[in-house]
This record gives sequence, structure tokens and C-alpha cells, in this order.
Amino acid sequence: MTDTMKHTLLFVFVGVMILAEGATDFLFFSGSWNSALVILNMGLISAIMAIGVNIQWGFAGLFNVGIMGFTALGGLAVVLTSTPVIPAAWSSGGVSIVMALVMGAMTVVAGVMISKFMPPGKLRSLVLAGMMIAGFFVYRAIFDPAVGAVEAINPALQGNIGGLGLPVLLAWPAGGLLAAGAAWLIGKTALGLRSDYLAIATLGIAEIIIAVLKNEDWLSRGVKNVVGLPRPLPYEVDLQNDPGFVESAAGIGLDPVLASTIYVKTGYALMFTAVLLALLWMAQMALKSPWGRMMRAIRDNETAAEAMGKNVTRRHLQIFVLGSAICGIAGAMMTTLDSQLTPGTYNPLRFTFLIWVMVIVGGSGNNFGAVLGGMLIWFFWIKVEPMGILLMEFVTSGMDEGSALKTHLLESASHMRLFTMGLILLLVLRFSPRGLIPEK
Amino acid sequence: MDLLNALVALTNFVVIPGLAYGSQLALGALGVTLIYGILRFSNFAHGDTMAFGAMVTILVTWAFQSVGISFGVLPTALLALPFGILGTIGLALLTDRTVYRFYREQKAKPVIFVMVSLGVMFMMNGIVRFIIGPGDQRFADGERFIIKARTFKQMTGLNEGLAIKTTQGITVITAIIVVAALFWFLNKTRTGKSMRAYSDNEDLALLSGINPERVVMYTWMIVAALATIAGVLYGLDKSFKPFTYFQLLLPIFASAIVGGLGNPLGAIAGGFIIAFSEVTITYAWKKVLNYGLPDSLAPDGLVQLLSTDYKFAVSFAILIVVLLFKPTGLFKGKAV
Repeated sequence: MTDTMKHTLLFVFVGVMILAEGATDFLFFSGSWNSALVILNMGLISAIMAIGVNIQWGFAGLFNVGIMGFTALGGLAVVLTSTPVIPAAWSSGGVSIVMALVMGAMTVVAGVMISKFMPPGKLRSLVLAGMMIAGFFVYRAIFDPAVGAVEAINPALQGNIGGLGLPVLLAWPAGGLLAAGAAWLIGKTALGLRSDYLAIATLGIAEIIIAVLKNEDWLSRGVKNVVGLPRPLPYEVDLQNDPGFVESAAGIGLDPVLASTIYVKTGYALMFTAVLLALLWMAQMALKSPWGRMMRAIRDNETAAEAMGKNVTRRHLQIFVLGSAICGIAGAMMTTLDSQLTPGTYNPLRFTFLIWVMVIVGGSGNNFGAVLGGMLIWFFWIKVEPMGILLMEFVTSGMDEGSALKTHLLESASHMRLFTMGLILLLVLRFSPRGLIPEK
Repeated sequence: MDLLNALVALTNFVVIPGLAYGSQLALGALGVTLIYGILRFSNFAHGDTMAFGAMVTILVTWAFQSVGISFGVLPTALLALPFGILGTIGLALLTDRTVYRFYREQKAKPVIFVMVSLGVMFMMNGIVRFIIGPGDQRFADGERFIIKARTFKQMTGLNEGLAIKTTQGITVITAIIVVAALFWFLNKTRTGKSMRAYSDNEDLALLSGINPERVVMYTWMIVAALATIAGVLYGLDKSFKPFTYFQLLLPIFASAIVGGLGNPLGAIAGGFIIAFSEVTITYAWKKVLNYGLPDSLAPDGLVQLLSTDYKFAVSFAILIVVLLFKPTGLFKGKAV
């Protein structure tokens, strides 16, 4: 069996699994086409995130554990681009908030300038510290009242500065841009140091981004969530009230409620597939180009590449920004799919480390591997829970009804997820470190 | 203006919580730094090792409580601690044997070790949630306070109370004993010296007949003990929740790096630096300033520099500043 055939079979396996999820309720399958489409949609988004991480890790060997942060920034971009403009927010405090942020940024820039151009010594430290402290208090003096004013406007529904009222599809590239900006900042400081430091720095920035989203109510409504974001596809209820749609649904023998839900989910699946294919094509082209060869040369031997005149740190920064931007796009797509931004639900185990399992299992350095890993691991992430419950029911079938151990085992079966993912990761790293579809 | 009251308020809200939290971070960072020095990778599973140790201790504590064993005024968890340490040592040695040893023999790159530790982190997280569940567990018993705020007020006649929780006292005392024992072990015993030699120069240590597997084994045992103690102290002081322990990873790494990875003294200093910065920057200074400043200068607002939710941002900012200006940490660490 050739490699190509083996790899095609792996993709066919994932496809069959998702089809089985819709077609049968045997064992852990649910037999609902809606559930199959939900898995497919999140699988496609996970595949895009996996491509982003694969570009950083597989092409350049950068260890980024801040994926959650970039995903969340993508989600924020949806709010900032697509929600309607709130003129009252801008007139009451929005302008001052922007001014305060510009002030803050200028303070930092001035600080960098001082440390660059003044001769080192006590005077420089004093000027720098004074500058930073003064800047901070001025920033808070402008920022705090403005935030209060913005948050006072219709707090039940808005209380944030709102968005630009643009079509929601524009939010996807905007999410990429926002994530790219954050990645540039973090890359500028942490790249060029040893690999563990980048990992810890990205872990930190992701936590901070989530903390900002949770606490800055003027921006993202914090833990009050932004709900009812605009959608690129019609609402199910509208479809059910549309006589034309009901008629055509009846024509193929479907109940209008089921037909409308499946119609919308299939629409999302097609859009996500289009984005995935476009990004996959670009990633493949980049990998094959001279640029891609240079990246792999740098990954395999930095010293040699540097001796050949390649600017390693700059290339690392470039690829770090690109990969993070892809994660941002995926994050924006995910928020669009949910049509709500819920900062409280971002969890590093799910949004960072699970993506890593996908990349490693799929095959680091191979874009098709990343896509396969994304879809496959997502399927298992969803299905390990019913599998665990089945297993526990089997294990406990001989025990007394109502015994404490049996109840505990059945209740905890849902926590099998993390354990299983860790086990899969360790087994792949040990016995097949190059993944299911290895790099050529 | 009332300097004495200002001082008491400062001690009560900043110094004592900072000392306790700093001790907990320092113990955690010591574990990270030892792994880095001997096994040469950043162990992402450390937070979950702490959670595992605390969990075993909690289970034994509950068993003791149910048969009526208690430790008088002190928490029963201290009696259960040795069992927790033994359990965690068992787990650490088991993971080393089944997981890490393979990569050591392969001489894998550090980043592969980090990746592997991610897998271990997932599994430990799963095990802890499986056994004890993801919820909050309280297991502190015994006397709650060494000094109560009201007693202190009556004793001194001041407006401000000073409260010291038993758990805070125990944390600081235990941390001092553990650190003293660790340094004695590293500097005076044969095994400790061989560990330091191995950390400084692996090849030279091998040439002089040090058995690397033995060094690694002792390292895991010490790290497991440190992690359990840190985890139990943190759980006693605040409360035990598996996810919080995972989140402790960031301040612990920050402490270890700020002090200089691979340098035990640095880990302790780093722990206190991070803890005190977090507490001072997220504390609302209104009360202290009201006492400390003349009435005309008394502040209107809370004078809180950042809201408490941003405590991660504080450890992170310190981390970035140190990485930019002194990548090897304040005390000379190994990393470049």
C-alpha cells in the first residue's frame, strides 16, 4: 500500500466516522445529522488552527502555547467589526478611551526611546521610572471616567463601545490582523531567546488576553457576554417562516425545523471548507517555495542558516505572525459560528493544548497531517465522553446497584477526556513521533 | 496621620499574605528549577503534580477525620502530608520510568521533553479530576487563627486589626524548614553534591563515576516532595481546585525564570518578588494611605493600580522585563 493510499484512507476514515454519527445511533454515535454537522464545523475550524500551529512548529520549530489568546482576539474582532455602531458610546467616552490608549502606547514608546538614546546610568533609570509612573497615572485619569461613561449606556444590552457595523465576513480577516498585531508584539520581545521562554511568554500573553476580555466591559462586555452577533447566514426561524423554503423542504420529504437547521449548518460547513482549502493551498505553496525551503533549513540548523546570511530572528518573527494570524481567523470563524462571544469559556486545555495534540498526532511539518489531526482529534474529543460512559457502564455492570464506587465511576466518566488526550499524545510521541501523515 | 495604624494595615493586607503566597510560589519554583537544572526541560506538568500531591493528602486527611484522628490546633492535613508525598513520589517515579526515561536514552531535544510533559500534564489533570472531581474542596481544620483581628485590637488599642491565619503561619514555617533541609541536602550530602555536579557539567559528572539514573531518581523524589508540600500549603491557605493549580504554572515559571532557571536560591527570591508584586499592585491602598498621609492628601478613590483579575499580567510583565534586560535571571541561571 502506497503512502498516498494510506493517507487517503485516513481521511476517508474520518469522513466515515462523521457520516456514521449522522446515520446511526449504534454505540457512541448519536444518529443525528445536526450533531454530525456540529462536529464537522468545529473540526474544520480546528483544522485551520492546526494549520496555523503547524506553520509555526512544523516549518520553523517555534513552540507557541498561546493559541487560546489569538483565538480569543479573533473572537473580539467579530464584536468590533460586525456589531452595530453605538453613537452614544462614542460621544460619551469612546474618543477619550482611544486617546487614553494612544497615550499609554506613547508612554511605552517614549520609554523605549529613553532606554535606547540616553547613556546608561542612574539618571536614565530615574527618568525612565518617573516617565512610566507619570504616564500610568495620566492614562488612568483619562481612561477611568471614559470607561464609566461608556459602561453606563444601556448596560443590559450594550455598555460597550460597539463595533463598526460592517458585514460579519470582514471580521474573519480582521481577526487575523488583530492576532497578527499581538503576535508581532510578543514575538519582538520573546523570539531570539531559547525555545522554552517563547512557550512561557505565549502562555502568559494568552492568559492576559483572556483577563482583558473578561474584565474590560467597555470592550467586550466581559463575563456578561456579547450575544446575538450578526450572522452571514439566515436565522432558522426566518427560514421556517419562509413559505418557499418550507415547500422545498417538504418536496424532499423533510420537516421544516430539521431542514432549516441542517441548511444553516451545511452553509457554515461549505464556507469553512472554502477558507480551509484556501489556507491549505497557500500553506502548501509556501512550503514548496524557496521561502519554505529556507524556513526548514533554519529549523534544522539555525547556525548553518545564519552562516548562509539568513536573518533567523526576522524569519521567526515573520512566521510567528503568520501562524498566529491563521489562529485569529479561525477564532473569528468560531465566534461567528456560535454568534456570541463568551470570554469565560476560553480554557487553555481546550484551546491551546488540544490543538497541539492535533498537530502532533496529525504529523508535524505536514499541512495535510494538521488537517487530518484537527478533524480526527476533534471527533474523539467530542466522542470520548460517550465512549467513557459506555466503558464505565461495562466495567461497573457486575457491581451492586447503588454502590458508592459505581456511582462515582459513572459520574466521573466524563473526565476521561483529558486523560485520553494525554495518553494519545504520549503514545504518538513515543511510537510514531512523526505523526499519522509524516513530513516528506 | 497615624503611622502605627498604617503600618498594621500594611502588615495585615500586604506583608502577611505576600509572605505566605511567596513561600508557596518559592516551593513550587524550586521544583521547576531542580527539574530544569538536572533534567534540562521546563516541566509543564508541575502544577498538576502539585494538584495530585494535594489530592492524595486531602483523601488521607478525610480518612483520618472519619476515624477521629486529629492534630489538635494544627490542621490534620499536616499528619496526612507524608502519605501525600509518598504517593506523589510513586507517581513521579512511575512517569519517569514509563515516559521520560525513553527520551533521555534517545538524548531527545529539550522541546520534545516539554511536549512530553504536556502529555503528562493532560493525564495527571484527568486523573485528579477523575478521582476527586473538578470542584472546590476545603480540608483545613483545627484552630483558624493565630491572632484574631479583634483580640489584636483589644491588646493594642489600635483601630486596625491584625489577623494571622494558622495556615499562613504554617506555610511560612514549613517553607523555612523545607528550604533549610533542601540546602543542607544539596550542599552537605554526597547525593546532593552529585546532583549539583551533574547539573553543572553532565559529562564531567559521568566521568567521575556518578550514576545519572540515581541522580535523576533523587531529583524526582525531591521534586515530588516539594510539589506536594507546595500544593498542600496552597490548598490549606486558599482552597483546593484542580484548575487553579494548573493556572499556578504561570507565576511559578515566572518565579523560576526571574530568579534564574536552574538556580535554587534564585527560585526562592523569584517566588517572593512575584508574590509581593502581585499583592502590592492589586491591593487597594486607600486604607493605608488614609492612615499614613495627612488628611489634606487623603485619596478619594481606592488607589488600586490594577484589578485583582490582572495578577497574571503582573507576573508576566516582570517576566518580560527580566527576559529583556537580564535573560539569565537575577541570580545567574543556566539558560541563555
